[in-house]
Amino acid sequence: MTFDYIVDPTEPERAGRASTKFKGVLKELGVSPKVIRALSIAMYEGEINMVIHANGGNIHCEVDADKIRVIMKDSGPGIPELDKAMKPGWSTASTQARELGFGAGMGLPNIKKWSDNLVVETEVGVGTTLTMEFNLT
Amino acid sequence: MTVRDLLAIKEFKVAVEGDMDLPVSCGYMGDLLSVVMGYAEEESAWITIQSHVNIVAVATLRGVSAIIIAHGFEPDEDTVETAKEENITILTTELNPFEAAKKLVEFGL
Repeated sequence: MTFDYIVDPTEPERAGRASTKFKGVLKELGVSPKVIRALSIAMYEGEINMVIHANGGNIHCEVDADKIRVIMKDSGPGIPELDKAMKPGWSTASTQARELGFGAGMGLPNIKKWSDNLVVETEVGVGTTLTMEFNLT
Repeated sequence: MTVRDLLAIKEFKVAVEGDMDLPVSCGYMGDLLSVVMGYAEEESAWITIQSHVNIVAVATLRGVSAIIIAHGFEPDEDTVETAKEENITILTTELNPFEAAKKLVEFGL
């Protein structure tokens, strides 16, 4: 089963909609609360990153028998210093984003922490694709 | 202890009545949403000074039982609407976050 969502960058305060919707879908599918929690936290962080850094993007979710894969793709600026971005507390977020409580430098670290597998493909000026996997077994 | 029990604290006022039967077993204080997302425990009463709509997403996704907005800040209109949709309780207090946390501790949390 696949599910697709578009992240609209024009309403930053609405970020989290896709994660909340997909969380509802997973609940209906009977996925364990533990997996749902981990996935929705990671996906929410990805969504926030798309809104505050990348002018939105697309999310493609695949639910298989043994795992769920969430692919988050944007055409944003890319991440020039990925090793730094993976460290908790490092952030390039705008003052505006920080005032809303984002930009704590916890986005990618949280995604890494809560997913079972994370692949980050990023190219400066082209965009970033996050592929995160969550085991169901 | 449930969300409903917290209403006994007279300094806390109800802004949105969500699921009042959710258990409250711990607390968390924080205004950086990703930190709250990463570290708040489930069944928390979460004290924050953020009042915009994203606090509802954080609470929903993290499994926070109730949001307490401190310092006399009021939730934005769409925060109230979204909290109603998501069945999340929002309390407000004139107390600062530390004093609000003290109330929870004195109350037995």
